[in-house]
Amino acid sequence: MRELLRHRLLWPVVVLVLLLLLNVIYNNGFLSIQVKDGHLYGNLIDILRFGAPLILVAIGMTLVIATGGIDLSVGSVVAIAGAMACLRISDLGDQGAVGGVLGAIGVALVLCLVLGAANGVLVAAIGVQPIVATLILMVAGRGLAQLITDGQIITVNSPPYKLFGGGYWLTLPFGIIVVAVVVVLTALLTRRLALGLLIESVGGNAEASRLVGIRSRGLTIMVYTFCALCAGIAGLIISSNVSSADGNNAGLWIELDAILAVVIGGTSLMGGRFSLTGTVLGALVIQTLTTTIYSIGVPPETTLLFKALVVTLVCLAQSPAFRAKVFHRRRRRPPAPAPSDEIDEKVSVAT
Amino acid sequence: MAAPEPILRMRGIGKQFPGVRALDGVDFRLLPGEVHALMGENGAGKSTLIKVLTGVYEIDAGQIELAGRPVAFSSPLAAQQAGISTVYQEVNLCTNLTVAENIFAGREPRRMGRILWREMRRRAAELLARLEIDVDVTAPLSSCSLAVQQMVAIARAVDIDARVLILDEPTSSLDAGEVAQLFRVMRRLKDQGIAILFVSHFLDQVYEIADRMTVLRNGRLVGEYRTAELPQVELVAKMIGRELAELKALEDRPPEPDGAPLIEARELSRTGAIQPFSLTIHRGEVLGLAGLLGSGRTELARLLFGADHATSGTLRVDGKETALRTPRAAMGHGIAFCSENRRAEGLVPGLTVRENLLLALQATRGWARPLPRARQEELVEKYINALNIRPADPEQLVRNLSGGNQQKVLLARWLILEPRLLILDEPTRGIDVGAKTEIQRLVAELSGGGMAVLFVSAELEEVLRLSHRVGVLRDRRLVAELENGEQLTTDRLMETIASGAAS
Repeated sequence: MRELLRHRLLWPVVVLVLLLLLNVIYNNGFLSIQVKDGHLYGNLIDILRFGAPLILVAIGMTLVIATGGIDLSVGSVVAIAGAMACLRISDLGDQGAVGGVLGAIGVALVLCLVLGAANGVLVAAIGVQPIVATLILMVAGRGLAQLITDGQIITVNSPPYKLFGGGYWLTLPFGIIVVAVVVVLTALLTRRLALGLLIESVGGNAEASRLVGIRSRGLTIMVYTFCALCAGIAGLIISSNVSSADGNNAGLWIELDAILAVVIGGTSLMGGRFSLTGTVLGALVIQTLTTTIYSIGVPPETTLLFKALVVTLVCLAQSPAFRAKVFHRRRRRPPAPAPSDEIDEKVSVAT
Repeated sequence: MAAPEPILRMRGIGKQFPGVRALDGVDFRLLPGEVHALMGENGAGKSTLIKVLTGVYEIDAGQIELAGRPVAFSSPLAAQQAGISTVYQEVNLCTNLTVAENIFAGREPRRMGRILWREMRRRAAELLARLEIDVDVTAPLSSCSLAVQQMVAIARAVDIDARVLILDEPTSSLDAGEVAQLFRVMRRLKDQGIAILFVSHFLDQVYEIADRMTVLRNGRLVGEYRTAELPQVELVAKMIGRELAELKALEDRPPEPDGAPLIEARELSRTGAIQPFSLTIHRGEVLGLAGLLGSGRTELARLLFGADHATSGTLRVDGKETALRTPRAAMGHGIAFCSENRRAEGLVPGLTVRENLLLALQATRGWARPLPRARQEELVEKYINALNIRPADPEQLVRNLSGGNQQKVLLARWLILEPRLLILDEPTRGIDVGAKTEIQRLVAELSGGGMAVLFVSAELEEVLRLSHRVGVLRDRRLVAELENGEQLTTDRLMETIASGAAS
């Protein structure tokens, strides 16, 4: 039980459950999942489905943050990926051609890989501070996305592309499957292989890592590239869902939500130890919060404030210093029954 | 001197960490106007006792009295305000601030909220002048040597109206002259009635400065003694809890090596770090490097590991010329390097003992070839036992270990690779007699097994005890290479260091 109480994923789980309970109170059928036309429907499925892009971006962000860096450019990469894919598809003679659509997706993702590698080179090889290096692409990337779309919103009508973000496969929304695959692959790469250990080592002590022979430069470039790839896939899901590419607004501010998800998941912004499970939970907390705001009818003008309040609570609950202050007395109190005010007095003398 | 009332009294102090009982019923007292040494091996609880006293940790049992009143400090700041100032083992200052800013950080002289910079600089200069430290107070601290940084930390601690001054390993990075200077300052403070708690692993220093000492072992109190009444040998026996036969066994000089040249440096140099030097290390040989702080010992060692790039000269490994451009290239040749700076260049504090142990091995394998879990556990268990790492829990975070055990983890990290040349830069600095002996014995064993060792140390006795040959450095130049035989004594080494020539 004590083990459980000390587990670092306790608080994100508690908040997630509380949010879901809150929804159930407002809407008793909130948790129900139905099958319609061979597809799964329900609020939980929606949370996963609409949360998919955020989870993807946050997974990439987790690894970047674990190396002690940060990637602000993911929002722009989301927009670029969608813009590039839609541009290529709109140029196709037959927008329903599977081969053509796959080609377009391939081009978009390769572009993301290049952009991510550029971030990585700026950070690892040239030594620009991560926040500055990725700020360049964050700002320039929006411009690049608009350049690709020629300042317009490109609309496509391609059933194969629509599948990516709006379709179903094996009764599940396709986006959820994509996310599941990426999360599992990332977990395998980092935890089954030694990638995770090396990343944590670089983030925990870069100079020591160099002196034990870790190729931190290559590792860092790889991580930023991976982060951009995740953002690119998220961009495809987002643009496919609405069958269009909006260089201005697609993925706007998603980098901040992603960083928040990582932090809620218990990964320190200082780098080092990271938790993929925590990040997924963090992203789900954020998405559930968004859903909750709509479903319990928080007035639209106060939604941001409401969100901020919940996030503040989660972060406080996560903070060891805060927990120590608030929960300390109760934990140290001996189990023997005694009038509580007397004990409080003793404790306050001792502390 | 009639025994005055203790300024500080601790009774029955207990402190428990996850998996470790760090302190168990420890009593301790400190009289005004005395220097009191706290003695014990690494992991004996010295650092924990100090951290409990200064409010870094809370106690689980026992009580603390300051000047007769029970106290409990919730933070180091509270302890400081009550008159207990501390200088920790590793300097805890901001190297990006100036010397004066460091001394007055958090308590700058102000008028109406505005910091009086001129006043601050003047007072800092005055304070340092009183301690006979000659340094520009407007220079950033990073431009000062580690020794001066230490002095600045002490100056800061003294300037806060201290009744109790705690010096945790203040001398571990100072050379002889600076230690003498520090002791002058300590005696002056003592005469002013300040109680000084002094922790050091240098027994000679303890015997020179301390009036009384308290000995801890495994988190328990062994006893409190007058320094004059406790011979060194008995003290060591009390600290490690066994007789000194093992220490003595090492006194013999090492046997002669008969290996082929492993590494040959010719006119190797790095501008601003070390002048061109030529040096050959043979298989199975322990080559000692002696010299004062800043004489280029570390710089030389780093060149041989590829931690820095050489600006001129050549390096041959196994007779073939190679350029060690990265640590990884050196590791490919079987060279390992244990840095003197454990915290900044060795440990990854957020990872576990197991992960820290396996880091170098995993780095050579690359991320795509993980070590099977069973093999990991086998290796980790083997080295934890072989080096007697305590606590013997592979999943403990390495930052929770004591200094000596952290050092052993770093050693084990390299030993796992079974290197052909092991470069040890100050491997015994800041660790206790027991761990020191263990590490020295290990070095002797390893070289006996055919491994070449480059042993860098500021302690001449240690260099002499272990090395077959000794390289002497002075002012960033390798000035002499001496065979270690009957004629070579610490006195002669010191002469060579002082005169800069083999006499």
